[in-house]
Amino acid sequence: MLTLSDVHAHYGKSHVLHGVSLRVAPGEVVGLLGRNGVGKSTTLKTILGLVRPSAGRVVFEGRELTGAPPHRVAREGIGWVPEDRRIFRLLSVQENLRTGLDRPGMTPARRAALLEKVYRHFPVLRERRTQTGGTLSGGEQQMLAIARAMMLEPKIILLDEPTEGLMPRMVAQIREIVELLRAEGVAILLVEQNVPLTLAVSERVYVMEKGTVRHEAPAEALRHDASVLHQYLGV
Amino acid sequence: MLDLLLVETVNGIVSGLILALVASGLTLIFGIMDVVNFAHGELFMLGAYVGTSVVLATGSFWLALGLASLTIAALGAVIQVLALRPLLGRDPLTTILATFGLSLVLQNYALWQYGPVARKIPEPFTGQFPLFHLQYPWYRIIIAGLSAAIIGGLWLFLKYGKYGIWIRATTQDRVMAAAMGIPVPRVHTLVFAIGAAMAAASGVLFGPLVGVNHAMGLDVILRAFIVVVVGGMGNLGGSILAAIFISLLEAIASLWVSPAQAVIASFVVLILTLLFRPTGLFVPTPK
Repeated sequence: MLTLSDVHAHYGKSHVLHGVSLRVAPGEVVGLLGRNGVGKSTTLKTILGLVRPSAGRVVFEGRELTGAPPHRVAREGIGWVPEDRRIFRLLSVQENLRTGLDRPGMTPARRAALLEKVYRHFPVLRERRTQTGGTLSGGEQQMLAIARAMMLEPKIILLDEPTEGLMPRMVAQIREIVELLRAEGVAILLVEQNVPLTLAVSERVYVMEKGTVRHEAPAEALRHDASVLHQYLGV
Repeated sequence: MLDLLLVETVNGIVSGLILALVASGLTLIFGIMDVVNFAHGELFMLGAYVGTSVVLATGSFWLALGLASLTIAALGAVIQVLALRPLLGRDPLTTILATFGLSLVLQNYALWQYGPVARKIPEPFTGQFPLFHLQYPWYRIIIAGLSAAIIGGLWLFLKYGKYGIWIRATTQDRVMAAAMGIPVPRVHTLVFAIGAAMAAASGVLFGPLVGVNHAMGLDVILRAFIVVVVGGMGNLGGSILAAIFISLLEAIASLWVSPAQAVIASFVVLILTLLFRPTGLFVPTPK
């Protein structure tokens, strides 16, 4: 469904991605592991059109996305939950959600149904729907960021370190949400530092080092033999 | 003395609301695009000129107000697409130079097209009403009310409209907005067009009071910039409060000194703001 072939990217003069290739099948949860600064977030941004690849291709459902503007990528059905959550702090919770609802082809009935579905999954967001995003706690902001991405009715969500800085209770909740998205058939490309969580929820895992994918394995295999992870991550 | 003070207070609020109309377009554009639009005064001036042409052709002030706003909105959209969109993300200095250049072009175009002699837009209402021992023109009250109505309309649009939410989201985080499927380049063009239309509307409303000439934008824009800085760059509510505050200050100062000297009061406020509250008087202290 989503295929990156030999993607290179630069920030100014520094060469950040040195030929990243990966694929995600429909409904599949794929983990992307690696130390800080190996290009995981940049890989996501390249898919989203936020970073323009200097070489290589990004193809989604047979359509070329390489170099497409980010709003078009979003409307193709790719949701993004960024590392720092990037909640619209001065918008209310409901307005944050609405940014993804006013798409071409949405009827008032479909909008209401989608909003209702997401509020059912995240009751706390319904309680706080008139509060501004900036007043939410870290965990609530993370839920809002995921709920907001769901407003696009995405076929895949790119999750960037969703458990970073969260309390253990919230981490468990994020895991439930990932399971829920999987049950709904949404594919997930998960960037995480939390290795046990990634191995538990993913079907396949890619390990990145120095701007490229060094290793690919079923999560099952890594659960039993983590020596590869020791080698690349030092965990 | 007290009645003079009250009359000047009314004057201050009236000119404050007109100034707020110009400044809110300016601050909206700055807030979303980080573009300091030095051509804003020229959009105000061209709006007034389009107004004179429409009044001359049709005799209708209200038609002039509407058509001038639409024409200048379209001009604003063209300017944004051709001159500003390619500069997005560059050093702010490049957009300052671009809009400053545009202001010179537009000013000289007006001089060439309409000549150096000032034109006048006739007041749509000539009636007056007694305010203490003075006769106060109705028209001034009407334009203050209209300015307030246009600003109120903008607020409702930003608060509840689909594009309003897109604009606010884009103002806060351009990248995240795009990743939510919001067509950011189109939102920028729309905001510039709205800002231009508001400048044009104030030009037409202000026309009957000051006369229309190619340099009329300079004076207004200077005051609008003071207001935008004092109100907090990009803060709409702050700009509106600052516009009324500054105009009141000038009006009341003019009780003791000449109106030309009263402007000094605005600059004093500007300098004090920059020294002690550089993020603006009417915003909560940033943490």
